Amino acid sequence: MEFPQNCKYTKDHEWVRMEGDVAVVGITEFAQAELGDLVFVDLPAVGKAVTAHGTMCVVESTKAASDVYAPLTATVAEANQALAADPGLINRTPYTDGWIVKLSGVSADEVAGLMSADEYRKLLGK
Amino acid sequence: MKRTTLYDEHVRLGGKMVEFAGWEMPVQYSGVIAEHCNVRERVGIFDVSHMGEIWVTGPEAQSALDFLTCNKVASLVDGKAQYSALLNEKGGVIDDIIVYRFSSERFLLCVNASNADADFEWMKAKNPTSAVITNASAEYGQIAVQGPRAIELVAPLVKGADLLQVKPFHFIEADLLGTRVIIARTGYTGEDGVEIFIKQDRTLDLWRLLLEHGQSYGVLPCGLGARDSLRLEASYPLHGHELSPDISALESGLGWIIKFDKGDFIGREVLLAEKEKGVARKLVGFFLDDAGIARQGDTLVIPGSSDTVGVVTSGTKTPTVQRALGMALLATPYAAVDTQIAVVVRGREIKGHVVSLPFYKRAKE
Repeated sequence: MEFPQNCKYTKDHEWVRMEGDVAVVGITEFAQAELGDLVFVDLPAVGKAVTAHGTMCVVESTKAASDVYAPLTATVAEANQALAADPGLINRTPYTDGWIVKLSGVSADEVAGLMSADEYRKLLGK
Repeated sequence: MKRTTLYDEHVRLGGKMVEFAGWEMPVQYSGVIAEHCNVRERVGIFDVSHMGEIWVTGPEAQSALDFLTCNKVASLVDGKAQYSALLNEKGGVIDDIIVYRFSSERFLLCVNASNADADFEWMKAKNPTSAVITNASAEYGQIAVQGPRAIELVAPLVKGADLLQVKPFHFIEADLLGTRVIIARTGYTGEDGVEIFIKQDRTLDLWRLLLEHGQSYGVLPCGLGARDSLRLEASYPLHGHELSPDISALESGLGWIIKFDKGDFIGREVLLAEKEKGVARKLVGFFLDDAGIARQGDTLVIPGSSDTVGVVTSGTKTPTVQRALGMALLATPYAAVDTQIAVVVRGREIKGHVVSLPFYKRAKE
């Protein structure tokens, strides 16, 4: 499984990649494999305030709905509308086209406190 | 947790193992959507060894079953199978089953894994005759081969019988891998196919033979995830969802297998009264028109009114129909096709409408 070095990770299986002062967020390859084929993403509204480890949005597989937790305390700046037509982007390309939201107003300290790729891999025991 | 004899094989094939009805079963191998579509377009094999098998034998076997089950066992002939149910005195569904008639004194019941022990105890307790009831669940493995290419895959493997001559909802006993098996032209996917009952210790040999021989037919091993989305598209009820001891069999849409004219059976009195009065709610299908997915337990309302008028029994977005859909128990006044409804999902009303069932029906040759 792939866990890109340029991302930070949470124990809730989200990844964060900083692009300038915006945090791009998605779920890890491990998470998408656990969830199985996704058929719907209930995207959050732009402007929604999210709290670290609080529910940010919901992804649904054929079998069940699962919460995606916010990796940081921040504001939703953008949601990936391509997921409305093709939620499978998260399964196929979790770190690129399968991104879920972009967050603004993030704290650099909070980002620094997230896990590195190696730490996350160790957490998974992979 | 219990495991079928194919457990190690599932793990070897990359099956993702989950708990289901007290069993550790593969929910998927390659992916639910790929497996689902493979069954619709080619063929898939499912380990359904967790299903239970109960024999009812003896001179009074038929009359015992005509009392214990709601469908008319007396109308069966040798080699024919019948969808039926065990009901309680309230008319609720203890289990939905298939009854196979081997002879007038020998019947096999295929029952749900989660209910097998309870079914067996119930039948023994309620048996009004001298018929002998035997729980043979541990003796049999079972593999379902489903899809438009299922029959051509299995037929050449069968010795001493012509599978092509076996009509839907009929079965044969035949030799396969040098052992006696039961091959029934039944299934739970909405496609043509068979369910093969085989001795527990030969199940792995059969599974591997089907995988190997099935290569040229495009076979895929399929898990419970695809089994569920396939049965939902075909609108087959699932016990614990559409069917339960607390839901009347008439409300669940099983009216077509309840034969009031056959004489007494468990649940008859209550159901007859309910039938004459009219059911309070009905099992319906629905599509969602707004974005969202309904799940079991979500409530249904009429848009603009906060009154709850129903509850979702099964729901997802399915691969072939490619719509968010589901089945629900809905108050009878709202159960007509095209009625506008909404499903409350995480506190939000998702609008949809009632549709006729099934969602999917295969084209007949």
